[in-house]
Amino acid sequence: MTPSPASVVADPAGLADVTRSDAALRRFLHGLPGVDQVGADARAAALSTRSIKTTAKAFAIDLAVRMIDLTTLEGADTPGKVRSLCAKARRPDPHDASVPATAAVCVYNDLVGLAKAELGGSGVKVAAVSTAFPSGRASLAVKLADTRDAVTQGADEIDMVIDRGAFLSGRYLEVLEEIAAVKQVCSEGGADAHLKVILETGELATYDNVRRASWLAMMAGADFIKTSTGKISPAATLPVTLVMLEACRDWRDATGAMVGMKPAGGIRTTKDAMRYLVLVNETVGTDWLTPDWFRLGASSLLNDLLLQRQRMSTGRYSGPDYVTVD
Amino acid sequence: MARIEVRKTYKLYVGGAFPRSESGRSYEVADTKGRFLANAALASRKDARDAVVAARKAQPGWAGATAYNRGQVLYRVAEVMEGRRAQFAEDVQRAEGLTTRRAEGAVDAAIDRWVWYAGWSDKLAQVLGGTNPVAGPYFNFSIPEPTGVVAAIAPQDSSLLGLVSVLAPAVVSGNTCVLLAAEERPLPAITLSEVLATSDVPGGVVNILTGRVAEVAPWLASHMDVNALDLAGVDDTALRRELEIAAADNVKRVRRAGHVDWSADPGLERVRCFLETKTVWHPIGV
Repeated sequence: MTPSPASVVADPAGLADVTRSDAALRRFLHGLPGVDQVGADARAAALSTRSIKTTAKAFAIDLAVRMIDLTTLEGADTPGKVRSLCAKARRPDPHDASVPATAAVCVYNDLVGLAKAELGGSGVKVAAVSTAFPSGRASLAVKLADTRDAVTQGADEIDMVIDRGAFLSGRYLEVLEEIAAVKQVCSEGGADAHLKVILETGELATYDNVRRASWLAMMAGADFIKTSTGKISPAATLPVTLVMLEACRDWRDATGAMVGMKPAGGIRTTKDAMRYLVLVNETVGTDWLTPDWFRLGASSLLNDLLLQRQRMSTGRYSGPDYVTVD
Repeated sequence: MARIEVRKTYKLYVGGAFPRSESGRSYEVADTKGRFLANAALASRKDARDAVVAARKAQPGWAGATAYNRGQVLYRVAEVMEGRRAQFAEDVQRAEGLTTRRAEGAVDAAIDRWVWYAGWSDKLAQVLGGTNPVAGPYFNFSIPEPTGVVAAIAPQDSSLLGLVSVLAPAVVSGNTCVLLAAEERPLPAITLSEVLATSDVPGGVVNILTGRVAEVAPWLASHMDVNALDLAGVDDTALRRELEIAAADNVKRVRRAGHVDWSADPGLERVRCFLETKTVWHPIGV
């Protein structure tokens, strides 16, 4: 009988053993139990019907705000835009000081220094998308230099993309080593940048692949696993997030270590955000319901959360005139 | 063999679609003698919110259409109303307890009113705007522009003519509208929504809710994304005052209620109500 995935990774020697060769790693990843696609879809759909109202809703709105990685990843990003994004991250609603700050801002590498200077000691982290984001099509040397650049500018978090081409053609070891090499760079020179690994689930085709990629990222030392770049449709979906959260749960059961989770892209409304929070609560439990272990990669979501918050605090419906134009 | 009756479900009209009330509620509509007519959807505050979102979404496109095009689209509504003349007459007769002849008269007047307003779309700028005299090398123009999203409480007495007389002047200039139909006489409004859905009016330009004025109107009046409020159908003075106060929060334009003879010549007053005048200076030559 082959040993269970959990018992393999629980033991450092076992982990070293399956990552020793491409063939061993493939055997391990393909030995993971398959995902019941219909079941995952149905479970996610069932959980998304939960109704969150009144005080629970108020709590969830503030929690969601605190979990946001406020993101701008456009070719047209200007220093001015990043400055205003940072101001918004520190104080999302200028009229209401009781709104908490977001978890982080997420920008391209070249704007990290600027964002870092803007955010100062506010506690809002700066995340940089590195490793030839969003395609990941560059040599390892370029990817590592890209990451190093962001880390030396002071990025607190690195969002890297995996090489989907290598993953889909079965060169798992290459993907694993690449993640491990980037992870190495994140702690160079006394830095301690958290590494988020973007699986780009929209390109992985099956839930089985999503589960394999999740395990692969965690085996390589990811601090967070993240669904998507936001540049590909579909981006984050509830079932995919469910599969990844299950991987986080199984990983902790096996190794005792927690890995964070970040769905990104396509989360636009308060209702969407609530569904993700319910999913987290029901899949991995309350330990993950903090910005340290769960993030929402979004930009327009924050405005909708603020509108809902204004509605709850003033008792009347608000409108887009009362939030920023992004 | 006896035919099985095909009953109609009366629904809301929001964003070009016909949803039931989000609340799942409905209420009984009776004729003037108290006989049951239909179950109409009883709109909730969330239906009002959805309608405002739809109206806001449709507003730039509707205001951006050429005045000529808006006129054509609105005229098309009158064409389709004409085709449903008999249905409207029956609705109005049952709702208001009129004779057949008077009900038909009210429907004809409503269609004519709609045509009259449709014709104004490309003439408003000439009549309500203009070139202002200045003492300098400039042109100075005043241009009427739509206020935005108008929430209107339709008249309670005149279920079709009054409704048209409130709705048409609001949308002809490029506003979009959330309209709460007459509480006890909503059926002509629902038929009108079917007309709007099958003419060329873009979804969301007109949104029609049926329900209780006292329940829904306060949410529309306090809504920060509504730009103007027409209180034509609010008969209760205490509620009227409350709505006016709520509307002041974001300085909505409020058209107060008052007794109106809907059959009289309306003039441009209702159109002007929901317009903003933009005045621009433009240098000559250079």
